[in-house]
Order: sequence, then structure tokens, then C-alpha cells
Amino acid sequence: MADKLFTMEVKDQVAVITMDLPGERVNKLNSKYLKDMESMVNQIEADPEVIGAVLISGKSGNFVAGADIDEFLGFTTEADAEELSRKGQLAIHSIYEMKKPMVAAVNGACMGGGTETILGCRYRIASTDRSTVIGLPEVKIGLLPGAGGTQRLPRLIGIQKALDIILSGRNVKPAEARKIGLVDDVCEKEILLETAIKAARGLAHGSIEPKRKSFVPKPPKDVGDMRKLLNPKTLQDAILEETELGHFVIFQQAEKELLAKSGGHYPGPIKALESVRRGIRVSLETGLKIEAKLFAEVAMTDVSRKLIGIFFATTALRKDLGVEGKPPKTAPVKKVGILGAGLMGAGVAAVLADKGIDARLKDLDHERIAKGIKYAHGVIAPKFKKGRISRSEFDEKMQRVTGAPDWSGFGNCDFIIEAVFEDLALKQDLLRDAEANTPERCIFASNTSAIPITDIAAEAGRPDKVIGMHFFSPVHKMPLVEVIRTEKSSPETIVATVKLSQRMGKTVIVVNDGPGFYTTRALVPYLNEASFLIGEGVAIEDIDAAMKSWGFPVGPVALLDEVGIDVGAKINKNFKECFGHRMEQPEGTELLIADNRFGRKNGRGFYDYSEQAAKKGKKKVDKSVYEALGVDKRVQMDRDELQKRLALSFVNEAAYCLEEGILRSARDGDIGAIFGLGFPPFRGGPFRFVDDAGAENVLNQLQGLEERFGKRFTPAPMLAEMAKKGAKFHKD
Amino acid sequence: MSEEQTQEKEAQAQKETPTEQAEDKAPEQVEKKPLKDAEAEKPRDAKPEADKGAGPAKPAASRRRVAVVAGLRTPFCKAGTLYKDMTALDLSAYAAKEMLERAELDPNEVQELVWGIVIHQVQMPNIAREVALRIGLPKSAFAHTVSMMCVSSNRAMVSVANEIERGHIDCGIAGGVDNMSDVPILFSKKMSKALVKMSKAKGVQDQIKAFQDITMADLAPVSPAIKEYSTGLLMGESAELMAQWNGITREEQDDFAFRSHSLAAAATADGRLTDEMVKIPIPPDFKQIAEQDNGIRMDPDRESMAGLKPAFDKAHGTVTAANACPLTDGAACVLLMAEEKAKALGMEPMGYIRSYAQTAIDPAGQMLLGPGLAAPIALDRAGLGLDDLALIDFHEAFAAQVLSNLRIMASRELSQKYLRRPDAVGEVDMGKFNVMGGSIAIGHPFGATGARMVTSVLNELRRRDGQFGLVALCAAGGIGMAMVLERE
Repeated sequence: MADKLFTMEVKDQVAVITMDLPGERVNKLNSKYLKDMESMVNQIEADPEVIGAVLISGKSGNFVAGADIDEFLGFTTEADAEELSRKGQLAIHSIYEMKKPMVAAVNGACMGGGTETILGCRYRIASTDRSTVIGLPEVKIGLLPGAGGTQRLPRLIGIQKALDIILSGRNVKPAEARKIGLVDDVCEKEILLETAIKAARGLAHGSIEPKRKSFVPKPPKDVGDMRKLLNPKTLQDAILEETELGHFVIFQQAEKELLAKSGGHYPGPIKALESVRRGIRVSLETGLKIEAKLFAEVAMTDVSRKLIGIFFATTALRKDLGVEGKPPKTAPVKKVGILGAGLMGAGVAAVLADKGIDARLKDLDHERIAKGIKYAHGVIAPKFKKGRISRSEFDEKMQRVTGAPDWSGFGNCDFIIEAVFEDLALKQDLLRDAEANTPERCIFASNTSAIPITDIAAEAGRPDKVIGMHFFSPVHKMPLVEVIRTEKSSPETIVATVKLSQRMGKTVIVVNDGPGFYTTRALVPYLNEASFLIGEGVAIEDIDAAMKSWGFPVGPVALLDEVGIDVGAKINKNFKECFGHRMEQPEGTELLIADNRFGRKNGRGFYDYSEQAAKKGKKKVDKSVYEALGVDKRVQMDRDELQKRLALSFVNEAAYCLEEGILRSARDGDIGAIFGLGFPPFRGGPFRFVDDAGAENVLNQLQGLEERFGKRFTPAPMLAEMAKKGAKFHKD
Repeated sequence: MSEEQTQEKEAQAQKETPTEQAEDKAPEQVEKKPLKDAEAEKPRDAKPEADKGAGPAKPAASRRRVAVVAGLRTPFCKAGTLYKDMTALDLSAYAAKEMLERAELDPNEVQELVWGIVIHQVQMPNIAREVALRIGLPKSAFAHTVSMMCVSSNRAMVSVANEIERGHIDCGIAGGVDNMSDVPILFSKKMSKALVKMSKAKGVQDQIKAFQDITMADLAPVSPAIKEYSTGLLMGESAELMAQWNGITREEQDDFAFRSHSLAAAATADGRLTDEMVKIPIPPDFKQIAEQDNGIRMDPDRESMAGLKPAFDKAHGTVTAANACPLTDGAACVLLMAEEKAKALGMEPMGYIRSYAQTAIDPAGQMLLGPGLAAPIALDRAGLGLDDLALIDFHEAFAAQVLSNLRIMASRELSQKYLRRPDAVGEVDMGKFNVMGGSIAIGHPFGATGARMVTSVLNELRRRDGQFGLVALCAAGGIGMAMVLERE
């Protein structure tokens, strides 16, 4: 392979540098290419015939995808990482120091190192193309922008906006980039090159100047300026961005938000913030050195390696359509019928409509459908209010959600998603009716969280078109869909379902059928263990706090309230029949249901959902729950012990799922747990967790628990096997 | 208007538009020329020439048959009630989208959309295109907006039907809307000029200067009037004149309005009307649902109708708020296809458009005579007589207008005089007439009424197992329109 990223030719005295990595879909940066860039810079500076330069991509829809992660993963020491960072910084700094102007002409995705490169250029132009986005996604894989991003961005667009972009890792579209000063100009991609050449010549001749954002207000020239001056935001920005005190306030606020969000488990964004904070007070050169050091610190962390692993796994999942062998071709779904306009049904409708797919709701009456439409409105409206979509785009999306209490509108559906409450007979009835009211080609997907799809399909006329599609609540926020295939689901059905889920923007794992499939099954013993602990007298706050500190976004008891205590009980009963003693049901659930406690949905559960409690803000345990459960003792338990019992319940059941073939791979198990259930990403998922701790270690702990508490901790035989061989779930 | 001017205008009208000769009658003439005298002056030639190529129908030899495959509307709501926060586009989209949903038709089949509207939205001069985009029709579906006052949606149907007949397209949507709760309010001319000046001014000072001549009076907004531009008459005033000229009493009008409400109430209660509607959860809080027309008196009170004061002619008038149609918001539409296209898609048409006729008459005379003028021409073109019809539906702008039309149609003399027919058009059997009530009870969003009537008549024809139906409407400007519909 020709290992060359750049080619250069001179047009109108301007050196046009084109990035076009041969044989690849996207451009990537590595240390060799950065070296090439430096020598090109020297060449341009030395050539008297050349007055400026333009950096542009030869790919359609991509500028630079970022640094080559594979190269980065090869490093083993902090010193290596720091050296890499310095190399990148210096290459970009050579552009920055050029006497001749370099203009970046960005069309397509410009990510990470690409963004840091254009920040070194004197002038930036972005195309208005849909594919054009600019971002620094490093924190998403546990890193920080290490080639000058944390230094040059705040100096260019101000600290607040820079932190927003660096800490969220979000993409910035051309219009916003122009508004905040990230780029100097935008134009159609068809005239991008000539506009950039013109700009380079203009800069060389001094006829144009790069625009630099200033927060110090200017004296007003017309009504528009007056209005701007009178806007409180103008004054606020001036104080925050231009004074020491303002900086102090910004950083303190940002740090507080970060810690609240990450629980302190993720050093990437914390160090990125530190890099901006320390760098802004010193010279650019010193700031870059600080950044390189901090980059090296986070680069070698286990957290970063885990997050990169997740990144690779989700990338691989995008190509896994859930069938062995060559996936069949399927027609894209145009219209989806949704049975049940509740939270799940309406949530699914909202996401479909947002992605341009018609969603037809069916429920018992127009009032329920109206509630569903209202819910969808609540999901899509913020996009309009934040200016992400126009009024007409918003209206068009909302118009896609329609509904009726009858089967009208189902005759041309390609796909049905059933989202009624968990009742096998009801789901079977609906399946039969749906088959009668939809065309032959129509697929029927049940959004059940526990009922085996095979049971639902037991009397189906078209069992090959029945599948499970397990969404998580709230649908528009939760990134996972667990697709459940039965022995009869046809490859076409599976592939169409995976593709539809992907169009909905979801990460998809395909699992085999069984009670609770994978996610619910792994979750139940974990939630049960929390109930056992409450019964033993452990405070609910302690249980939830233990698991939050372990890295879950919510504790198991709070989660039980969300899921619904009655729903949990129903699944549990079913599980006990299927799995015997291992799914022993904790005592007390009946007592809670008898006490009219169903969880958050009826405002009565483990936590207090009264209005007074809501006013006070922080969620408090409803103390009367102990009485309802008949628990009168109080036990202090070590956090370690709590975490061990709870986490191992989860991990052990996940291993059973893999062993029994419910899960098709450990990768799917890790991604499913992280994206569907909130398993801590920095632990890499239940299977990575076992790999890290060692199968033998986990086995020993489980055996110890089994001795104390009985069969619910009986280790999955697979773990014993692996402990014997010293094997790991993941090969890499 | 002086007498001279009136005569001059009349002469001109005779020269240019033969149709308008039927009976020109300016208000001023009334006093001097009683009906009988006026009649003597008018030529009495037989054939009205409503539009070029008029004549008895040759049921289409080479033309393709146009099927009405579906029809749907929003509930009609009195202006300023449920739809007050919605736009005309919103209402249109709800009706058209749900029609496609219920028809279970792939939107990609729709090639054209034509939409009628009277009170135009400044932001969307071609609302039809916005409707097409909003409801997810293919981007290639062309669209245009028509404005023909109260027959706008009929005109939209005719436009789509003609494209289908010619074989230019196979499938299109026609409909219309008006939202009187969402009318554009304009600044005065002076204020508008100042605003334009400001937008061009440089610097704060000049911007302020632009307003220096503006007084309080210039700030008063100008709203669109439902007034004849040519005669300056409110439509209610025209109806009032027709009542007086044609001898329609207050009692007859109130009886007719009562009939309209009673029939519409019955058709609402048994679902015949509500089945033709999309249910709209009202944004932004979606708590209320528009489920039925909110102007229909479900339990009409004949006595309280009699107690109302005349609305237009306080001294001698008989037209009241109760015997006229109210200002209403709503949208309605139909899905039209070539017969063979519908069959190929396995869709069962509700019926077919057999013929239509458009007419016009001097707006200064019996302005609302459209149904009487257009119906017989459409029947001629269909090769049918009144007796062949199972259902007859007239738009009820005013009870006085409906009754005037019926009276003139039933009389040989008056038919000759006003409709220029050799004979009486005929007596309308009230058992077939406006059997589910009409615009007086249901309401009348100008742009939507025609599509509502076509849908209702076709649905009722099916229930009655009748073959032919007629819809006829009057419109501002003296315009008339009639359509003959048929089932298989």
C-alpha cells in the first residue's frame, strides 16, 4: 500500500495540499504523516513562487477521521504517549508558525487530530454539506485532545464554548461553527477549493484578516448592535471570558458538573478540563507541554483502554446483522405499526418519526393515542426549541405519528412493533389480529422484556416473521436494542429488524430466545440480591450508594422502582419456574404489592415520590417501606461486601447466558450490559470484568457466596472450566 | 353607484360574459324595477353557456374515468375555538395525512396535490406545496393552490380530475382549508411603508426617523374582510337581498336552519359524519381532542332561533346568525385516481366524478344563485335529470340562499328568468336533499366545504345503495359550481 496521505500541487501561487489516503474510505493521521506534513510546510516556506497554502481532503464526506487508534494502542508507556502527543503538537505548530498563510478547507467529518490540525491553520472554511461536522471526540474514548486542541480551541472561541465542545465530544455543524468563530467562513462544497485559494491569496496580500472572537463589547452602530449590547448574555460573557474571576467561576462550575456526571470514574474529561484551566494562564508553548503530559497520563489508563474496546465493539456490531453467513438483502422499512401508545410505544414512534419513518399507533381509544402523540411531541420538540431542526422539519416529523383505535392504516405496514403490557395471552391475540390486518411481508416484533418470543409466536400463522425487539426506557435516550431471534425467525426477518434498529440510531445485539433473553435475565438476580439485602436489614441508601460508587448510573433499588415492583414480581415468578432455585425470589415482594407499591409509576415504592419530596430535590427513601416489608433490624454492611454480592449476581448470570447460547458472544454481553443496563463502561462489561479479575478469582468468590447463601450463587459451569484453563472471554 | 354607471356596466357584462346576463340586479335597481319588469328586458334564449364547450354530456368516450378513492376531513370548529393555535397548514396536514393512512396507500403513488384556500397565509402563498411536503408525499409531487372562494376545493378536484382524464397523472389529492382563527393581520399602508424604510436604513438614527410620520391611527391593523370587492356588499347583505327579492320569509329560513341542525345532529350521533373525520389531539398540550363538528346544535331550539335579531338589515331583515353558516375552521380532501389505477392497486372506489359545471353571475344581482345555475348544466352533461339523483347536496351559505335557489328551480317562470332554462329545472325532493344537514349546522371553512360534500354524498350513496348524487355550491363573486357523482 502506498503509504502517503498528502499530495501537493501549486495553483495560482497557492500550494494545494490534498489528503487522500489510498485504499481507505477515510483519512487518518499517524506520526509518519505528521512528519510528512512538517516537511511540506518547510517546502512551502522555502518556495518563493508560493505565497500561501490550502489544506483540503480528497475524500467525499471525510476530512480527517482522527488519529490512527491502532498505532496509539501499540504504545505501552506514558513516555511513548507523551512523545506522540508532542510530535503531533509540533507538526501542527509548524503550520501555526508559518509566515505564509495556510487555509483549511473542510468538507466532511473533521475529527480529533483533524480538528487540531485546522486549529493550527490561519484561516478555516467549512463547506455547508450535510456530512461536514467538526469535533473533538477524544473524551469519549477516555482521552483528551493531545495535539493542541485543549490549548488552541479556548484561545480561538473562548473558554465556555471550548469546554462545551471538548468535554462533551459533540459534533459541531458548519452553521454553528461559523457562529461561534470555530471557522472563519462557510460555503458550498462545490466552490470550497476556489474560495480557499482566494482566501489564501487574500491573507497573503493582507486584503483579508482572520476573524477573531472578542467578548469585549463594541460601541453600537445600529439597532441590531444595541439589542446585542442590551442582552444580559453579552455582559455575562464579557465578565466570564475576560476576567480572572470569570475564569474561576467557569472552571468551578464545569468541574462540579463533570464530577456529578462521571462519579469521578473517568479521568479523560477531568484531565481535559485541567489542561484547559492550566493552559489558558500560560503561553501557548507552555500550555502545549502541559497538555502532552496530561494526555500521557490518561492515555495509559485502563479506563481509556476499556472505552476504546467499547468503541471497537460497537463499530464491529454495526456490521453484524445477526445472521450467520451472508446476510440476505432486505427492503427498507417505510411504515411501522405500533400496538400500544404507552411510554414504550410512543417512545418508539417518536424515534421512528424523527428518523423519517411513518409510525401508526393503535390503542384502545383516542385519549390513549393523544397521550402517545403528546409523548412523542415531548421527545421531538426540544430539537426544535434548541434550533437543531426548523419549524417545518419539526412539523413534518410530528405528522408522521398518527393513530386510531382500529386497525385502519395497518394494511400497508412493513413492520409491527407490539408494545402492550406483559401478558402472554394478550400478545398472542394481538399477533393473530395483526397477521389478519397486515400484508404478508409484514414482520411482527414484540417489545417484551421477558416473555419468550417462541411462546408469543406459538400460534403464529407466519412464525418466520416473528421476532423480539427489546427497547429500553426512555427509548429516545437508551442506545441499545436487544433483538431476539427464535429458531423460526427467518434471516430476512432478523436482518430487517437489525437494520431498522440501526436506522433508529441504536446499537444492536442479536440474542437467541429464552426467558428474559439476556438483559432482563442478567438483571433479575442483581435486583433480587438488592431485595435480599433489604430483607437482611441493610439501608436502601447504602445499597444504591454502593452500586453507584461501583459505577452504575442508578442503584438497584431505585432501578426496581423504575422497572415497576409488580413487573419485577411477575418476571420473577416466571423465572423461578424456568430456572429453579437459582432464581429464588426474595420474600417481601408480595407484601409491597399488597401495600399498593408498584414503584415510580403509581408514586409508591422504595423511594418517596410525593410532591413535598420532589420539591426538596434529592430523592429520599420512603421509610415506611421497611415497615411494609416487616424489616425491623438495621445492619451495617461493608461497601465491598455489598458490591461483591450485587455485581457477582449480575456477572454470574451473564456467564450462564453465554454458556447456554442465549448470547452469541462475550462482546454482545458486554455491550448489552453497558448500553442497556448501565453497567459501568470503565469496567468494560461483565465479561471484561471477569477477564480483569480472573476467572479463578471470580469463581472462588462465587463459591464462597454459594456456601453462605445457597444456590442462587451457584457459579456458571463455564467459569469453573475457564478457571481451570486460565482462559479469558476476550482474546485481545 | 349611479344609474348611468350601472347601465353601462350591465351593457358591458352582456357583451363579455353571456352567463351573467341571466339576471343582473344591482341593489339600486330593486326600488325602481320590480322583478317582473326586469324580466321583460332580458333576452330569453335557451342555452346558458356556462363555460366554453358547454352542452349536453357525451359521457366521455376517450377520457379516462376519475375515481374518488377516499375522502376525509377534520372536524369543523367555529373560528376562535379548538383550532385557535393551529395554522391552516396544520389542519390541512391532519386531514390529508390521515386520509392516506386510512386508504393504506403508499404516499409515493401520489403525483399531484391541489389545495383550495380563501384566506391565504402570507408565509405560504402556495400552501398546497407545503401540505405535500408536510405529509411526506414524494418530493416530485407537484402542487398548486387554487382560490375560487367557497368552491375552491371543488376547483381543486376539477384540476386534479382533468390531469387524470388527460392521462398526465394517475393519482392525486384535492382538498382545501380555511382557518379563520389564523388570518393574516396587515399593517396599514403607511405603517408598511415605514417598516420597509427602516429595514433599508443605516444606523440607529435613520431607523428611528423612518417612523416619524406614523400616528396612532396608522398602528391600527387591517384584517381581511368577507366583502365583495366589486360591490362592497357583505355576503350576508347579498343573502338578505335575495330573501327579499324571492320572498323567503324569516320563518322559512329558521325552519330550514332547524332542519339543518336536526339532520346534522342525527348524522353526528349515529357516526355518519364523525366517521368522515380525523380525530385531532390539539397541540401543544394534547388534552382536548377535536372529535366532531362543534357548531352543530345537538338539541336545536327552534324557539330561540326565532328570538334572534337580524344580522345585516336591522330594519327589514330576516337573515340571522342562526340561519346563516358560521365562520369556521377546518380542512377536507379527497383522493382521486384513474379508475384503472385504483383497480390495479386493489382499491375500491367510493364513486366517480361523472360531470361538473362552473357558472358565474353578476355579483350585484342574485349573487348566490350558483347551485341553481350550475346544477342543470352538470346534469345535462351527465345526461341525467333531477329524478335520476338519489341525493342532492347544496352548500348552505344562508337558508335564504338555499331556499331562493330551490324556489327558482321549481318554477318554470323563474327558471326561465334567472337560470335561462326553457323549463323549470324541477322540484327537489326534500327526502334526498341535504340529508345530513349542511353548512349552516356543520360549518363552512370556505376552502374545505366542497370536498366535505363530495365525501359525504358518496358515503351516503353507498349506504342508500343509490347510483347518482349531485353537489352544488355558490360562491362569492357570483360563482357557481356543481358536480354529478356516480357509483359503479
